Amino acid sequence: MTRFLPLEDAVREYVHDGDVLYLAGFTHLIPFAFGHEIIRQGLQHLTLCRATPDLLYDQMLAAGVADRVVFSYAGNPGVGNLPVFRRVVEAGEIGIEEYTHFELVARLAAGAAGLPFWPLRSLENDLSLRRPRPKVRSPFGDEEVPVVPALNPDVTLLHAHAADEDGNIYARGLLGEVREAALAARLVIASVEEVLPASELRKDRDHLLLPGFRVTNVSLAPWGAHPSYVHGLYDRDTTFYTEWDALARDPASVAAWLEQFVYGVKDRDDYLRQLPQDRLAALKEAARRAG
Amino acid sequence: MPVDAQGRLAIVGARLLRDGERVLVGVGTPNLAANIAKRLHAPRLVLIYESGVIDAYPPRLPLSIGDPDLVRTSLCVLPIHDLFSQYLQTGWIDVGFLGGAQIDRRGNLNSTVIGSYAHPKARLAGSGGAADIASFARRTIVLMPHDPRRFPAAVDFVTSPGHPEGRRRPNGPAAVVTDLGLFDYDEDGEMRLTALHEGVDLAEVQGRTGWPMRVAPHLEEIPPPTPQELEALAELRRTEGATP
Repeated sequence: MTRFLPLEDAVREYVHDGDVLYLAGFTHLIPFAFGHEIIRQGLQHLTLCRATPDLLYDQMLAAGVADRVVFSYAGNPGVGNLPVFRRVVEAGEIGIEEYTHFELVARLAAGAAGLPFWPLRSLENDLSLRRPRPKVRSPFGDEEVPVVPALNPDVTLLHAHAADEDGNIYARGLLGEVREAALAARLVIASVEEVLPASELRKDRDHLLLPGFRVTNVSLAPWGAHPSYVHGLYDRDTTFYTEWDALARDPASVAAWLEQFVYGVKDRDDYLRQLPQDRLAALKEAARRAG
Repeated sequence: MPVDAQGRLAIVGARLLRDGERVLVGVGTPNLAANIAKRLHAPRLVLIYESGVIDAYPPRLPLSIGDPDLVRTSLCVLPIHDLFSQYLQTGWIDVGFLGGAQIDRRGNLNSTVIGSYAHPKARLAGSGGAADIASFARRTIVLMPHDPRRFPAAVDFVTSPGHPEGRRRPNGPAAVVTDLGLFDYDEDGEMRLTALHEGVDLAEVQGRTGWPMRVAPHLEEIPPPTPQELEALAELRRTEGATP
């Protein structure tokens, strides 16, 4: 049975030092509320997996929660690099394990299917030469196909539009690698914009992300994906994504930002109160108008 | 009318896309170029983004490839694994449209690191889907400012593989657009200058290229931007990443 612990308690109960975590969401539905709570609780020695580390992992790396990042694109799309990620990698302060997008999502596909590896035909590059990519011979012919190993996170944390009282999770729009990342994990803990009765949600079966029996815990967290977005509810805060580029180049400003928006706030509601209210209203209005 | 280097890349890059093609678009200048083509000569160009977005017609230039505007105007959004395994790997993408930090004479692209991997001088974003796109797209078009540091004899890191030594890979890089000229790859898979922008001379291109460059027998001049192209460029830039 899915539990409904508040977000703080869910992190305390299910996330532990040294865990391999996947905070899912490709541009869309990035679980910032979970990431910030992990920082506040001072977790240590995590391995953080994400195809696109995004600003979320930049913030988590700045807070020192991780020893290692598994990823395929460490950029701020349309803006530039991730300044904190760049700084800690250049200084050799964290370990990295790097793939192409296809390789990383293929690792999740294997993990989700309970298989040890997944075949794919992408050509070798200097990443695969550093981290040899074995080949398997097809038993149905002579062809040799490269394979990548399964990725099975201890916990996948995700954010979605809604859940019902049985823990069934609903999401729409761009899903990226969320479903595979969830199904590959031992535990799935979710935050949602709202909890609605099953009588309202069950008819929306095309948007079921995960059945409740695969979901360990659901927490209510309105705006839990800000500054990323929730399709139809609030738009991506591109202003913040652009501002982060300058802010994050200076470790002192990152520390001040974390102090104000993460350590200095009690919960997500408190975080929201720190933000310009007209900006939040505009993001909501843009999503509503566009439908 | 003068146009800056990025605008030049975007306009000439746009001209290389044919109406009806399916193009997998990278962030930055390729995104600008594909959206110019879609607004001018290639209205049926199918814009595909590695976030899984299929056939988008964004009303304004998206900042990110997962931008809500792309999703709202798309035919559908595929899970990333479906896009890469069932559409890209199987040859359904005509054009891969990429940028990068460095390119060499074989078309190997580096978007991972400047300096050594273990002790980088500058750590960049990494492959994303670029290496997969370079592996499978029917042809790859690269847009790159012609800075000598970006055209070294050998790239610091091969992120997206080009043509192997001594042979041309059929679906390897097909064209490189720079702010000085236009390159193709000859039958040996070697980069070759085929055209120059107005007012650029051959010596300048060679001076900014880190290897003895091959030149086509009949070097052409790239027609200057048209008023329509400049207008599309300006309009897209005006609205880039803006909150509506």
